[in-house]
Amino acid sequence: MAATEASLGRRIRDSELWWSLRRHRAAQVAIVMLVVIIVSAFAAPLIAPQDPYDLASLDLDNSELPPVWSADGRWPYVLGTDVQGRDVLSAILYGSRVSLAIGLASVLLSMAVGLSLGLVAGYFGGVIDNVLMRIADILLSIPTILIAILVTAVFRELLPVGLRETLSAVILVCAIALTAWVQYARTVRASTMVERGKEYVLAARLIRVPASRIMLTHILPNTLTPVMVAATLNFGLAILIEATLSFLGVGMPPTEPSLGTLIRIGNQYLFSGLWWIVVFPAAQLGLIVLAVNVIGDWLRDALNPKLR
Amino acid sequence: MADTLLAVDGLTRVFDVSAPWLNRVLEGRPRQLLRAVDDVSFSITAGQTVSLVGESGCGKSTVARLVVGLHAPSAGEIRLIRPDLRLQMIFQDPYASLNPRWRVRSIVAEPIRTLGLRSDEAAIRARVDELLGIVGLGASDGDKYPHEFSGGQRQRISIARALASEPEFLVCDEPTSALDVSVQAQILNLMKKLQRELGLTYLFISHDLSVVRHVSDVVAVMYLGRIVEEAPVETLFRRPLHPYTRLLLDTIPDLEAPRRDRTPMGGEVPSPIDPPKGCTFHPRCPLASERCRHERPELAARADAGRVACHAVEEGRHK
Repeated sequence: MAATEASLGRRIRDSELWWSLRRHRAAQVAIVMLVVIIVSAFAAPLIAPQDPYDLASLDLDNSELPPVWSADGRWPYVLGTDVQGRDVLSAILYGSRVSLAIGLASVLLSMAVGLSLGLVAGYFGGVIDNVLMRIADILLSIPTILIAILVTAVFRELLPVGLRETLSAVILVCAIALTAWVQYARTVRASTMVERGKEYVLAARLIRVPASRIMLTHILPNTLTPVMVAATLNFGLAILIEATLSFLGVGMPPTEPSLGTLIRIGNQYLFSGLWWIVVFPAAQLGLIVLAVNVIGDWLRDALNPKLR
Repeated sequence: MADTLLAVDGLTRVFDVSAPWLNRVLEGRPRQLLRAVDDVSFSITAGQTVSLVGESGCGKSTVARLVVGLHAPSAGEIRLIRPDLRLQMIFQDPYASLNPRWRVRSIVAEPIRTLGLRSDEAAIRARVDELLGIVGLGASDGDKYPHEFSGGQRQRISIARALASEPEFLVCDEPTSALDVSVQAQILNLMKKLQRELGLTYLFISHDLSVVRHVSDVVAVMYLGRIVEEAPVETLFRRPLHPYTRLLLDTIPDLEAPRRDRTPMGGEVPSPIDPPKGCTFHPRCPLASERCRHERPELAARADAGRVACHAVEEGRHK
């Protein structure tokens, strides 16, 4: 085991990805930033000064406090508090956790759907391919955000009132994944059509390896490079869509706010001078999406054989 | 013949290369069919090497894929001596024929596992080491990835994988055309050695006549999906009858007469979608007559051995 671990370490050090990362300062910064954001978000119950969901911890005496560096600021409310005395920093940490989790879940769901449909369409071709790709075309011709609003609205109408808030995260994930799978399916379909005709696949077909095994063990690993790039960029996009939906009021409820919900709530106080309630969650959202996109751009260049 | 391992009779494969349905309807274009292989018949005797030669696009690779069952024939049949005869294939491009994400050991072991030829892991491992040894690689090479090998070494791995399924019949689709000349000889000699030791039968696809002369017992020349001449290798090289065969042989460089006056091969291969009427070779043929432009010649027995499809030969105009 020790030998394989050592060789894994060497393989990472020798890999072209590592080599290109060492020369890409922006990607290094973005990765560090994203790691810090992710760790702090998921460690929120341990490091946040306050539990923003626990109404007992809120104190109206501490409401509307500006950030700590202003004259009226007070510790430990580093980024100030909202009108109910909720610590903005804590709300951001908890909110980032919700946003990141929904982003990740929707990427995983859409990837699972997109990879399987793309593999099947590309490998078998014919009618299956035509039907799947026309569905994809239709989905692509409607704006993503419109579909997402439609789906969340319909789901919320169908569900009993009690379940609406508890299931809102699941609804959001499904709504985002419903359009996001198309990109993976198209990418994988295209690479599958190339790989399908390659001789190593023919060699496997000759000895009657089942089609499902050819797709999973031979073709899929060779189509993953562009998928990783798409997944990274879509992670940022998914977080943005979730924030938009929550901002519009069809996303996460105020009892379990995501960054988008925080921005929507804070937006109401922007012109009463309580700028910190909206600016800091918005800045966090911007940082996350920026970091993810920088990493995605770097991956796209690093994994593109034509740019090497 | 009792020892005919495989007989191909009237084999035809048509590909539909039409534009998509919507374009056809809007632009009023008909379906387009490509006859890649047209009424090809030949048989292979056990232990022999039969070569198919011809320019690119003449359908020889399609014949190879039809024989191993990767394509279904549109017409005609392929008869095996036994239904369970094991066929394997060695491919042209050693860079595309090995999965880049698999270790060599897994690549060579895949046929053994899939066909259940060995029962336990230790036996599979021993067999893979043995196969790597047979093709001249070391057992330690099994733990490497394909990109760590040269083209010739990759082709050896390909051969090891083909041998792993314990075949009697190997279809070799231009196995050396992607290799350096010095490496070509090594691979060809390895294949000849395996044929002697394991009693293999080869269907050898190539466009390289000097390679074909080196390995074959029987040579069939293909042009636009049809066999135009077929003969034992020495007969064909010493006395080519079909004008196309002669043109092909003229293109071989000759060490003894390096600057001889060679007739450059004129013209392009016509499109197989819309082949010329009559003998498909007539637009490029120096002997073409009015009959060649209208009537398609059938394969007929040569005077010595083999078959040839040419009106000029039949009429004695070729001398």
